[in-house]
Amino acid sequence: MQLHTLSVHQLSELMERKELSSEELTRAYLDQISQVEDEIRAFVTVTEDIALAQARAVDGKRARGQELSPLAGIPVAVSDNICTEGVKTTCASAMLDNFIPPYDAAVAVRLKRADAVLMGKCNMDEFGMGASTETSAFFCTKNPFDPAAVPGGASGGAAVAVAAGEAAFTLGSDTGGDIRQPAAFCGVIGLKPTYGFVSRTGLISCASSLDQIGPFTRDMTDLALILNTICGHDAADSTSVSENVPDFKKSLVNDIKGLRIGLPKEFFGTGTDPRVAAKVQEAVCKLEELGAICEEVAMPHTEYALPAHYIISSAEASSNLARYDGVRYGLRVEAEDVLSMFRKTRSQGFGAEVKRRIMLGTHALSTGNYNDYYVKALKVRTLVKQDFARAFEKFDCLLTPASLATAFKTGEKAGDSLAMYQSSACTTPVNLVGVPALSLPFGLVDGLPVGLQVIARHFEEGTLLRVGYTLEQNTDQTRPKPGLFL
Amino acid sequence: MIISERDVEQLAFLSRLDLTAEDKIAYTKSLNAILDYLDMLNRLDTDTVEPAAHVLPLKNILREDKLQPSLDKEQALANAPEEEEGAFKVPRIV
Repeated sequence: MQLHTLSVHQLSELMERKELSSEELTRAYLDQISQVEDEIRAFVTVTEDIALAQARAVDGKRARGQELSPLAGIPVAVSDNICTEGVKTTCASAMLDNFIPPYDAAVAVRLKRADAVLMGKCNMDEFGMGASTETSAFFCTKNPFDPAAVPGGASGGAAVAVAAGEAAFTLGSDTGGDIRQPAAFCGVIGLKPTYGFVSRTGLISCASSLDQIGPFTRDMTDLALILNTICGHDAADSTSVSENVPDFKKSLVNDIKGLRIGLPKEFFGTGTDPRVAAKVQEAVCKLEELGAICEEVAMPHTEYALPAHYIISSAEASSNLARYDGVRYGLRVEAEDVLSMFRKTRSQGFGAEVKRRIMLGTHALSTGNYNDYYVKALKVRTLVKQDFARAFEKFDCLLTPASLATAFKTGEKAGDSLAMYQSSACTTPVNLVGVPALSLPFGLVDGLPVGLQVIARHFEEGTLLRVGYTLEQNTDQTRPKPGLFL
Repeated sequence: MIISERDVEQLAFLSRLDLTAEDKIAYTKSLNAILDYLDMLNRLDTDTVEPAAHVLPLKNILREDKLQPSLDKEQALANAPEEEEGAFKVPRIV
């Protein structure tokens, strides 16, 4: 049995029927990690001992007849910017190479309560700044469909871990597409929930008004199970919303008859790889065949979303990263006086892209530039929000490519901050508006996965589940398998 | 060029970063390329548009001013590069 290609709900059923123990499952995933990890490098840290201890505990609970969650005994991994008590959490930065959090992130607490088994911490772009996982201070992660291609980023390791069978699902974070773009590049499902729906407590901040934690999964049913576990209010996060969390499993409906889907024409313009556009068009035909009503819609400020996002995310990051000063945690480089200590610590601790974003953000927030850059970007954010609000008056959801092209080659855009940023053009507008968006695989182009992006109104993740589930049930395109590692 | 090498030097100072001479040249080039691109926002007239700092209506979250459980001193200091007598220690300031 190919345990490392099964979905969470299939694995859960096997354990419920006592055909498989959590320890056996965990060992199978640890074996897969040891087989592929040398080449693919999705993990910064593998937590083998913790995983086996948790797995045995779950088996004990099951033997005693305790009622268990659908995630009990399931191997999970999380991006290395999600704090895990007692387990090194680095943000893939030399700055935090020695950081052992004294507490769990809110999502880590929820996973523990659900008895999910922690396999380890996934590689990412340093502090989430990048779109290829190449800015990691430690190593690059490879795309399981083509080892010469990037896995996307920033949460690239978390996407690869699911694609290569090293975890049954993972959590990453999305500031401008950092879940959806790697999901698209690696042929797995990724979702950025509505801003505020999942607590950010214990997520190491990149850009606080844009960051959101979300899952990577192998199928839509798993996505519903994980949303049921991670969504919900947290008093410790002041931007957490008290919105009622529905049972997302009820949204797994194989029916989209009459659903109105908008196709924002600005997302299909120049810059989109025509082969990717053709795959998206194929998906549109399929959706229409299944009863959806698809129509073009204008979102005229789309091209301005990316530069506005660049300014806002850099400004917020420059302020958030001021905390790394060699005093309370992380790296310290000794010096005679405190100012030199700050400067030496930050110069050695941060990589080139992080320094560039800090300086860009500092520029955008500095006296004389504040109105021209930061306030201007916030005004453009309003215009982008209005575009979405207008589109959602007429449509239940929007469909776009998740990325303009399939995975690019390692080194192709490395070091070119602007080109790297522009590769996230399809996903950044969504974070400015805070709406939820799904990245769903839809077939291959030249052996590399293509991703669809489906965007819904605030708190309407249910619509995304319905569209994704219907496509999954009616095509064979949503689960591409990498030949290399499975 | 929107910013000069001297501007970059000042930004590095404000950001508490040290740059080598080569860094300064490289960042001046890449930051100018980014700022050139960002200039496209000036094509939009936003004089009458309100800025949006957040995506959802937010309100202040207040609680009673009562002691709540938090990290104990030992945990809070566990990652400190240097500590002394239960406090974070830093190099000479004045």
